[in-house]
Amino acid sequence: MLSSLYASFSLRRNAVDAFRVNVIHARQQVRSPVTNIARTSFFHVKRSNIWLAAVTKQNVNAAMVFEFLYKMCDVMAAYFGKISEENIKNNFVLIYELLDEILDFGYPQNSETGALKTFITQQGIKSQTKEEQSQITSQVTGQIGWRREGIKYRRNELFLDVLESVNLLMSPQGQVLSAHVSGRVVMKSYLSGMPECKFGMNDKIVIEKQGKGTADETGKSGKQSIAIDDCTFHQCVRLSKFDSERSISFIPPDGEFELMRYRTTKDIILPFRVIPLVREVGRTKLEVKVVIKSNFKPSLLAQKIEVRIPTPLNTSGVQVICMKGKAKYKASENAIVWKIKRMAGMKESQISAEIELLPTNDKKKWARPPISMNFEVPFAPSGLKVRYLKVFEPKLNYSDHDVIKWVRYIGRSGIYETRC
Amino acid sequence: MTDSKYFTTTKKGEIFELKAELNSDKKEKKKEAVKKVIASMTVGKDVSALFPDVVNCMQTDNLELKKLVYLYLMNYAKSQPDMAIMAVNTFVKDCEDPNPLIRALAVRTMGCIRVDKITEYLCEPLRKCLKDEDPYVRKTAAVCVAKLHDINAQLVEDQGFLDTLKDLISDSNPMVVANAVAALSEIAESHPSSNLLDLNPQSINKLLTALNECTEWGQIFILDCLANYMPKDDREAQSICERVTPRLSHANSAVVLSAVKVLMKFMEMLSKDLDYYGTLLKKLAPPLVTLLSAEPELQYVALRNINLIVQKRPEILKHEMKVFFVKYNDPIYVKLEKLDIMIRLASQANIAQVLAELKEYATEVDVDFVRKAVRAIGRCAIKVEQSAERCVSTLLDLIQTKVNYVVQEAIVVIKDIFRKYPNKYESVIATLCENLDSLDEPEARAAMIWIVGEYAERIDNADELLESFLEGFHDESTQVQLQLLTAIVKLFLKKPTETQELVQQVLSLATQDSDNPDLRDRGYIYWRLLSTDPVAAKEVVLAEKPLISEETDLIEPTLLDELICYIGTLASVYHKPPSAFVEGGRGVVHKSLPPRTASSESTESPETAPAGAPSGDQPDVIPAQGDLLGDLLNLDLGPPVSGPPLAASSIQMGAVDLLGGGLDSLMGDEPEGIGDTNFGVPPAAAAAPARLGAPISSGLSDLFDLTSGVGTLSGSYVAPKAVWLPAMKAKGLEISGTFTRQVGSISMDLQLTNKALQVMTDFAIQFNRNSFGLAPAAPLQVHAPLSPNQTVEISLPLNTVGSVMKMEPLNNLQVAVKNNIDVFYFSTLYPLHVLFVEDGKMDRQMFLATWKDIPNENEAQFQIRDCPLNTEAASGKLQSSNIFTIAKRNVEGQDMLYQSLKLTNGIWVLAELRIQPGNPSFMLSLKCRAPEVSQHVYQAYETILKN
Repeated sequence: MLSSLYASFSLRRNAVDAFRVNVIHARQQVRSPVTNIARTSFFHVKRSNIWLAAVTKQNVNAAMVFEFLYKMCDVMAAYFGKISEENIKNNFVLIYELLDEILDFGYPQNSETGALKTFITQQGIKSQTKEEQSQITSQVTGQIGWRREGIKYRRNELFLDVLESVNLLMSPQGQVLSAHVSGRVVMKSYLSGMPECKFGMNDKIVIEKQGKGTADETGKSGKQSIAIDDCTFHQCVRLSKFDSERSISFIPPDGEFELMRYRTTKDIILPFRVIPLVREVGRTKLEVKVVIKSNFKPSLLAQKIEVRIPTPLNTSGVQVICMKGKAKYKASENAIVWKIKRMAGMKESQISAEIELLPTNDKKKWARPPISMNFEVPFAPSGLKVRYLKVFEPKLNYSDHDVIKWVRYIGRSGIYETRC
Repeated sequence: MTDSKYFTTTKKGEIFELKAELNSDKKEKKKEAVKKVIASMTVGKDVSALFPDVVNCMQTDNLELKKLVYLYLMNYAKSQPDMAIMAVNTFVKDCEDPNPLIRALAVRTMGCIRVDKITEYLCEPLRKCLKDEDPYVRKTAAVCVAKLHDINAQLVEDQGFLDTLKDLISDSNPMVVANAVAALSEIAESHPSSNLLDLNPQSINKLLTALNECTEWGQIFILDCLANYMPKDDREAQSICERVTPRLSHANSAVVLSAVKVLMKFMEMLSKDLDYYGTLLKKLAPPLVTLLSAEPELQYVALRNINLIVQKRPEILKHEMKVFFVKYNDPIYVKLEKLDIMIRLASQANIAQVLAELKEYATEVDVDFVRKAVRAIGRCAIKVEQSAERCVSTLLDLIQTKVNYVVQEAIVVIKDIFRKYPNKYESVIATLCENLDSLDEPEARAAMIWIVGEYAERIDNADELLESFLEGFHDESTQVQLQLLTAIVKLFLKKPTETQELVQQVLSLATQDSDNPDLRDRGYIYWRLLSTDPVAAKEVVLAEKPLISEETDLIEPTLLDELICYIGTLASVYHKPPSAFVEGGRGVVHKSLPPRTASSESTESPETAPAGAPSGDQPDVIPAQGDLLGDLLNLDLGPPVSGPPLAASSIQMGAVDLLGGGLDSLMGDEPEGIGDTNFGVPPAAAAAPARLGAPISSGLSDLFDLTSGVGTLSGSYVAPKAVWLPAMKAKGLEISGTFTRQVGSISMDLQLTNKALQVMTDFAIQFNRNSFGLAPAAPLQVHAPLSPNQTVEISLPLNTVGSVMKMEPLNNLQVAVKNNIDVFYFSTLYPLHVLFVEDGKMDRQMFLATWKDIPNENEAQFQIRDCPLNTEAASGKLQSSNIFTIAKRNVEGQDMLYQSLKLTNGIWVLAELRIQPGNPSFMLSLKCRAPEVSQHVYQAYETILKN
């Protein structure tokens, strides 16, 4: 394991050693991401086997430190891909350069990769002309630090992905204990100039506001609108405008970025329902039957369906019968994994298994972890719809109609669990 | 191209080879060599020998090479200061480079080199860079001022950099503004008195404008800075809140949390009747919930903060219980925090759901988590009465699982449920008794024994059960021993006939065979009670117990308010004020919430607002009601002592002492067993270890006082020691103390008692800034480790040269005491007369002139009632406390004493004391240029005259 360069950079080495001994090599599971050793606080995040640690003796903004560590991972990933020991060793000079740029005396500075890449590259630093230099500095410090001037495309095109992960915790009796959708709108923009964009979706608050003007429309569209509990935006979005008018307007960064995140809890379409039945037959046998039902339009297809049924630690053998797909007992994971490639809406499928148990004298009962499920569906379980994305670029000669736009909806399972 | 090859060279002549390569003519080779050097440096090898060679590479047009060399310099300049000078020229030159990136790089690096000689050369380039035409250079220079200040604060002030920095707040570029704010905030933290961040409505407006335009990090700096601002009224607070709320939708969690901090703080000023107040409350909930979908580490930070917010304003998240349900794959630290918040949010409305969840958690794997879940079920029972029955049955189900630690935890909480709802759930006792054998933890054993003793009359074989414990009496922990003793005595009082033998046995075990003074004390007191007056014994031992309160482990209100001001920072993660984990003076400025402006909701009570205290615009520390209550109770219970506690004596008066100690612990109803919930009954001087020959306890000195006479002439009046920090608040450490002044030196006389079961070591003490700059003159010296039940007395010399901050009330002193277990905080009020200096006698002429000179509105009048002294005695008493009588007149049968005194900080107070023979009420007029001290001087008069 490699302690991050970042820590060794600004602090005495013994602090790094202390961290290594006390946290990385501690026998115990990590009990807190913040550790205080000898009046020094260590923040850490882990990416595969790399620990990134930040160190301080002051009362710093802890949320900012973690946000920065994540951001640092993003920046590194954007430069050299996966954060691995090898990649870090291969790029340590680059990492020093990046750190020097995005962190000054503990204060995070501009960390937008778009801007950074204009003057820090993997091939070393480009020499720039005077105009370029001033352009760089004004971009790094400017109001629109995430986009440079003078971008040109022959074809103006944008892609919108509505990516949702639907989370569910259901009781064995089928009662929804908690359910929410956390969604992201990811945009890929290939637009010339400094385009002004406006994004609209079926947000209940907006629709109701508009509905007041045209009374007859309220009934119709009100049904299809969704209540968004909360949303957060990329820094390009004008927050004060959203706060006052609830309109989402921005000048997008070039390329891919996450425009917004949102969360909904009401009227969620739960794509699958899992009905478990676990019966203990004596002390050495369990009978498990699980039914899954798909609950969406029959014309749509769900993909990559996987149901994971946990088995006790003292399982000695498993026999499975399933109507559809393939099921296997994986002893190393203590679970039966049932995979189905595709399943249409309004269908039902079933698996039954007999689990043989070794007799144990362990008094503690099996904790019965929940049955979890993975899937992907081609719609947004929250019901979110993109209504429009308008593009205005007054200085260049293309209009909203000339921009080619693509919208795609993908719903995935987040933590989708049913207790058994 | 990869850099990993640089890490692999480990040959012997490495340094030598590198040296050759560094001096190569080829640029590429040079660069490669520097990279190798940096790689060696990174893995911790010492490459400082190459210093001159690396510095030689500095003069280059190649920006990449330059950066590498700078990196090397930052690391090694400190160890080679003389050589570092070689680099200065290049730095200075680079600061004038036409390329703004190079200018910024140079000034950035120079600031990181902590060598005095370099910093001297830094000033001129820095001055230029602060006014550079390029914003990139300016924003870098702004941070550089903070760096320089860290190295040499005086230099920064002398060079006028602070003013330039302040100007940058009005810069046209938002990032420059943000960095200037960050730098100023950092500098201001080490200079709390200076008016550096002179925030006014205009500058606030500028910051709010920049807030909309700068980077996410800049927004954090600005919001953190805004949080320190004190709006002048509720309208200003509201308008700032309105402009900050949009930040709640930011994708960066730190921006959101800092915005929450500003809002939580300014909300204090808004009236609850205001529509906007309700709107704001509603707006706060969704972003807080959203924070829970962040990465686990941030979730943890968010949850620790939500824990504070829920305690401060439970209404915000009261409907959001479900989001705190634990997910199977949450990291353990997230699980534990969620559980904590769930209990805080539990109410009648959601209790069914909560219980179902908790039951689920109690079957999980992680032992800590399961224990906490079981404990949580008990807390729900105590908190929501309607749910008690279901909680109890859930706990019984859990006991049936026979999982050892689950059973033990359940028994501990069931004991608390019995205390809260007496005579309701005793039917379950039989089930509990079945599990007696599996209990191996002291806390669980003690709880079970308590239950058996308390309900002895309903348990047929109570005597057998208790007898079985008695067999291994000496191997039990003190907690269990004490509980067993009490339980058997209870049993005897309930069933005297068949248990006489048992009680004899336990009493002799406790009194004759035990080394533990606590246990012996309690044994003796029971013995005596039982043998002299069994009826009284019954009344005492079987007295009705006070009900336990429903909310436990809430953060103490003053600390909570302070922590709210630190939302998002480490302090809010640790739930400790910064002074507890930050070394030195930086960042330990005590922060407090702004006062509510609407008068209808004033939290001030007349008792806590001293007369003449500045009102309104001053930050108002909400008094720690818990603390005050505790203190008052202690004062009431403690015997009125007036002898000097320093007069150490080792005379033993066993019986009396035991009586004193034992009684207290009896009345406290076994605080050891139920300490955590039994608030308000302080374990008073229960553990006076007469055996150790330590100085006598307060109970004894009370008796002594009858013989040793009143007062001494050697020093000022000394108040009896009061308990400042009850043991239950400080993991077993009890601190009582008083202040003395003897021959010119002030000291804090402390009595530390270890009531825990483990040895305490590594004591240290620290004061927060206070009105008169009181500070320890020497470290707290406890020479030997403090073993359980041991008490030490320490006299801590104080001086008055510490940093000054006006406290509310004026004589408030906040103290932190550390030991090997934890850091504890308490606050105490010191009597002002310890600050009266020996040369406080004013010349007569001077007195007259001064008296006239001080405006009449500064005069304060007080009445001292019920003081039976005559003029001479009063004057003498006051004199020994350094209040000097300058002149005496007799006017119309009244004695007029003109007196003066001087405080350690040089403030003179002039007094006129009118005494009418035969009338026990004295009239006191005080004149002082700082009228806020008058109230406290009056109190000092009263204390001195009446004791």
